Amino acid sequence: MSSFEFDGSPVPFAEGQTVGAALWAHGIRSWRTTRFAGSPRGLFCGIGVCFDCLVEIEGRPDRRACLEPAAENLDVRTQIGAGRADHQV
Amino acid sequence: MPTTRCDVAVVGAGPAGAAAAVTAARSGARVVLVDAEARPGGQYWRHGPGGGQPAEHVHQWRELNRRLEQALASGRLVHLSRSRVWRVDAAPAGPVRAQIVRSVRGGEEAATVEAGALVLAPGAHDRVLPFPGWDLPGVVTAGAAQALLKEHGVLAGSRAVVAGTGPFLLPVATALAEAGTRVVEVDEAGDGRGWARGWRAAAGSPRKIADGARYGALLARHRVPVHLRNAVVAAHGDDRLESVTVARLDDRWRPLPGTTREVTCDVAAVSYGFVARLELALHLGCATTPGPDGAPAVEVDAVGRTSVPGVLAAGEVTGIGGADLALVQGALAGTAAAAVAAGREPAPPHPAVAARRERMASFAAAMHRAHPVADGWTGWLTDDTVACRCEEVRVADVREAVTELGATDPRTVKLLTRAGMGWCQGRICGPAIAAITADATGRALDPYADLLGSAARPVAIPVPLGIVAVADATPSPPPVPDSGGSS
Repeated sequence: MSSFEFDGSPVPFAEGQTVGAALWAHGIRSWRTTRFAGSPRGLFCGIGVCFDCLVEIEGRPDRRACLEPAAENLDVRTQIGAGRADHQV
Repeated sequence: MPTTRCDVAVVGAGPAGAAAAVTAARSGARVVLVDAEARPGGQYWRHGPGGGQPAEHVHQWRELNRRLEQALASGRLVHLSRSRVWRVDAAPAGPVRAQIVRSVRGGEEAATVEAGALVLAPGAHDRVLPFPGWDLPGVVTAGAAQALLKEHGVLAGSRAVVAGTGPFLLPVATALAEAGTRVVEVDEAGDGRGWARGWRAAAGSPRKIADGARYGALLARHRVPVHLRNAVVAAHGDDRLESVTVARLDDRWRPLPGTTREVTCDVAAVSYGFVARLELALHLGCATTPGPDGAPAVEVDAVGRTSVPGVLAAGEVTGIGGADLALVQGALAGTAAAAVAAGREPAPPHPAVAARRERMASFAAAMHRAHPVADGWTGWLTDDTVACRCEEVRVADVREAVTELGATDPRTVKLLTRAGMGWCQGRICGPAIAAITADATGRALDPYADLLGSAARPVAIPVPLGIVAVADATPSPPPVPDSGGSS
């Protein structure tokens, strides 16, 4: 089975799955902390509307995990706050 | 950056948009179908790359998909998948221009579609009412649970509570149970009389009755209890959902003291109906009217024309009505759009089709009357409940904007608190902020005016500045008349 990296650990995915679906299937429920309270967030609407599932992919923050297709060796990381150390709010 | 020119552009490839695209193509139009997803079908017929889980009425989808494939093969239809319209403009007596951001590996690219007529069929998303802990991972919309299952074959959890109001709870609960999730209970905030009235109104739609009976039988087989006048009023867990508190409600949906119970679960799938995706229509200036649920809907004529010349609409954006109604509306709008693009007056709908549409619209209206969202739900909120998930605005902040700062409407609350200013632009919290504001103001919610105020989004989705910078904003030159001679 193909896999991508989430915070350095492999996460398997099936062909056509999104990053969010693969993380969820792997038992991972959150991959972002909010900007103010630092609360964990994961999938909520699942269809690209709510932006709760934002995640860092290949060094780019604010990617919607529910829309991004999983791909071999993709580098996926937990998004902390705004996702940019130089862009604190 | 390429501009694609066509006769008819359709936004959304769900039941309404797909039906519009194939009928417009069959009427001889060159059609571009723009859709956010990787595959057509919309939320209703969402499916995986290999077909995924069986969808509702899958034979109906196969037939529509076959017609989509025929139109694609004929060259009359172009399908732009994973593409979102972030702005659309209609010049008087000119073409409609849609600015699009397309997802490609590693980022986005810009595209523009210019069309003689536009059919808006953007659909709807779940309405969720906040409760303490609704931001815990594991609390999802019912639509999210469906999407995980239908598109990816992934179970949202192993022990589920399905809660909210409306007929959508039943297919979600049965799909989860059939796929192997232990559905502990379904909590329907409405009362049984509403259900009885709603299904009686289905007398003209035998298939609806068959659906209801099938869901009932499946829930019974999986021993899933349906609790009426019950709601999830809190969710608990450290960094993920571990349990929910369920309470009985009075007839106005106020939680009844002393009736709470805690239910262990790792997923709560919640839906209180649907919110139409109005932003493109509002941006174009299309006239609106209260839909069957009282919320704003795009006003259309018998064939789907809006108040803006060249712009048509079909499906949930014209009033939440379900897939069967959307299919009929889409087919009518597709045929009419082909005529509009060719400069012809659209023919009125066949009387039998018009009657069918009326029957389905009546059923939708009856279902909404059977599942009203009563205003007492704000009674389960606490001061610390997150109201706006993006901007992390608490219920107390919204109430203070009213009681301390004098706001009386949701738009002023937004300006004072940032509720609805985040990434989702109030799509998720909009209905709730409107209700909390009305409650704090001491007046009844106006589901039309209060929601319309927070539904306008001049830029429809967050879009990278690089895409804006390369957007093809130059109006195309007027068509050159054929001079018949040398140039």
